[in-house]
Amino acid sequence: MSTAPLLSVKNLSVQFRTRYGRVDAVKRISFDLHKGQALGIVGESGSGKSVTSYAILQILDRAGTISEGEIIFGGLRLDQANEQLMNELRGREVSMIFQNPRAALNPIRKVGEQIADVLLEHAQATRSTAKRKAIEMLRKVKIREPETRYHAYPFELSGGMCQRVVIAMALACKPQMLLADEPTTGLDVTTQRTIMDLIKELTQTEGLALVLITHDLGLAAEYCDNLAVMEKGEIVEQGRAEIILRSPSHPYTQRLLRATPHHAQSLKELLTDSDRETSSESERNEGDLRRVNDGLASSWNKDVKPALLDVVGLRKEFPKPRTISDVLARRANESFVAVNSLDLRIYPGESVGLVGESGCGKSTTSAMIARLLEPSSGSIWFQGRDISLLKTNHFAQTELRAMIQMVFQDPTESLNPRATAAESIADPLRRLLQVRDKEEIRSRVESLAEQVGLQLNLLERLPHQLSGGQKARVGIARALASKPRLLILDEPTAALDVSVQAIVLNLLADLRAQFNMAYLFVSHDLEVVRLLCDRVVVMQSGCIVEEGDTQTVFNQPVHDYTKTLLAAAPRFNRNQPI
Amino acid sequence: MLKVGSVNHLRYVMASNPVTLLAFSLFGVMMFVAIFGPLLVPYDPLASTSTGALQPPSWQHWFGTDQVGRDVFSRVIVATRLDLIISISAVALSFVLGSFLGSVSGFWGGWTDRILGRVLDTIMAFPLFVLAMGIVAASGNTIQNVVIATAIINLPFYARVARSEVAIRRNAGWVQAAKLAGNSDSVILLTRVFPNILPPMMVQISLNMGWAILNAAGLSFIGLGVMPPTPEWGIMVAEGASYIVSGEWWLVLFPGLSLMLAVFTFNLMGDGLRDLVDPARRT
Repeated sequence: MSTAPLLSVKNLSVQFRTRYGRVDAVKRISFDLHKGQALGIVGESGSGKSVTSYAILQILDRAGTISEGEIIFGGLRLDQANEQLMNELRGREVSMIFQNPRAALNPIRKVGEQIADVLLEHAQATRSTAKRKAIEMLRKVKIREPETRYHAYPFELSGGMCQRVVIAMALACKPQMLLADEPTTGLDVTTQRTIMDLIKELTQTEGLALVLITHDLGLAAEYCDNLAVMEKGEIVEQGRAEIILRSPSHPYTQRLLRATPHHAQSLKELLTDSDRETSSESERNEGDLRRVNDGLASSWNKDVKPALLDVVGLRKEFPKPRTISDVLARRANESFVAVNSLDLRIYPGESVGLVGESGCGKSTTSAMIARLLEPSSGSIWFQGRDISLLKTNHFAQTELRAMIQMVFQDPTESLNPRATAAESIADPLRRLLQVRDKEEIRSRVESLAEQVGLQLNLLERLPHQLSGGQKARVGIARALASKPRLLILDEPTAALDVSVQAIVLNLLADLRAQFNMAYLFVSHDLEVVRLLCDRVVVMQSGCIVEEGDTQTVFNQPVHDYTKTLLAAAPRFNRNQPI
Repeated sequence: MLKVGSVNHLRYVMASNPVTLLAFSLFGVMMFVAIFGPLLVPYDPLASTSTGALQPPSWQHWFGTDQVGRDVFSRVIVATRLDLIISISAVALSFVLGSFLGSVSGFWGGWTDRILGRVLDTIMAFPLFVLAMGIVAASGNTIQNVVIATAIINLPFYARVARSEVAIRRNAGWVQAAKLAGNSDSVILLTRVFPNILPPMMVQISLNMGWAILNAAGLSFIGLGVMPPTPEWGIMVAEGASYIVSGEWWLVLFPGLSLMLAVFTFNLMGDGLRDLVDPARRT
């Protein structure tokens, strides 16, 4: 590597003007990237990793400026380049892949034409050859039947297909460098693997330099040669990927590495010592907890205990919209079967993981069990009553409503933007437990907040004044308020950073032991399920394909789909060389 | 506690945007004029003065006198109250009715939504001003009917904004959470969803106030609604219009300017009102 690096960032600082004065989003960072190399920039939200990539491409928004430092790309000073030069470079020399592929594509233009546009823009094709070249690009990113897909609109393609199209657009002009900003975050694990393999393969065959920006240390380690770990705008550690993984020197890297659930044996391992001290259950000793957990794990014995929840033949169909021609031709009402004759049992105090990819019907199932959605057929027995016979509105009036509660996927979206944390937590107390006394409500809200480790001075804040982890705690406290017997957790940590996820998962495990609740844990993240659940149910296109206790399913998967899922999860072992 | 927060928030919104400050100050001046104007004016707006008819603006009569010798300044000031009453009550009426209908059809959907949607389409299919003329002409020439007519033609705008804003939030996580907490649908709609759609509704209100005031003045201009000699900007413009050719411009200019200023103020207030009711602007 005696040649000059393709990209060299020296002492780069980026400032943003905000209401509270100037804020440094990136502070004096430096790194080099050579041709054909892959660099992973890893950090949690707000660490400045995306801002770095925007600065390289000079697409910072108006409030942001490069206050200091140099960005040299192939001998050119990008930080001083004018807009005309940047327009020529963007797309042709440096390309970018964004996080949400659907948002990156123009929804009203055919995907093939969008690729052709890029080619025409940079004079890489003429009108007569653009289409042929675009189809070739589609073939390169392994889209089947590229001639037909050329004419598809983004909404007709799946998320993974859209990301392939975005990659095709990014690579159409044969750039020298590719910036990928969380390219697989919104995608399923199996899709994630194929997309990352594709990026890796293409960058290698074309000799591209790759900058992979991600929050997932495992993913970065698997696909990059070098890593740069960012925290609060600074690079705290950088070097060869395998060296960082084997012996991280900075405490932040150690914490990140620990919090990533791959290969951890228990949830406790995810936390560092300092986290453990701040986490709410520190007073209780770990031995007690393990005993309770062991007890719970062995307690679901089908012969002895009556089931808390027994779902029999649950089915949900969504009618397809009928067009006028359907009505005129007297075509029968078609419908899409989201959940097909599903049977599921949950015993008191048990934690069951419901696993599957997006669109497999797991969220529909959880919404039906929570009685937010009417099932098409089938029955839901809860504590000996068939609750599917009650209409959802009537169910809200019964005492069973308090027994089944739910924690939602997106903590931001699940809190009323106009209600303070205290009001959100107090809502079920007022409605379900009929607590009227203000003092009583206040003290109960405070004790709930303490249980979930939410500082009391945060209770008067509105959701937008809370961080993601704090909002998640508010959501959990609200769900616990009515002392449920069954708590449905719909990907409660999907929107959180790994270190926050580690703390929230531990909190959930502790709370279950403390209140003897049953969990239905809906997730696409197998590693999290492995650590939190006693039993796993794998769903594929509306049906259960495999079911069994966690150890068995993970160690000896029977169904092909389970095997694919398990193989797709990015994994690394910090004890072994990669 | 809440009071102090609200006052602070008002101050913050004002300070962060000088245009909002200007708009709210103008609105304050207009409200002051509407309330105290009749007590402060130098002349009786209905009586002829001794100076004589059609006198140009002077120190004695700032805006001149009209065709029967009444003081234009006094008439413009006194008219503020009536014009504001008509527009504010019309907008309030259509806001309440429109957001109710729109919220209901947005939240529950189904047949209510379809029927209401077509009714609103029908209203909007008419040229709105002609519809208002028809309503006033058919139901009688009173201020009350001007208010009702103005409210009816503005109703669809509120209903549509409310419908779409409610429909976006109908399946939001926090609405589901409120259901889990045992709230009935109507409680959720009224106490949770509706307050959240206020910010976009506020923008609609302020734009609509401008239209409403123009609409009321327009009706008076063509001889419906408010009757002379009552001082009202629309009538004053109508009465003065025939004198423009003979050079007596002040009869039209000053009521016209007041109208323009009122519409301008209301339009500017939109952003400020939205920021006031938007919790995300609180820090």
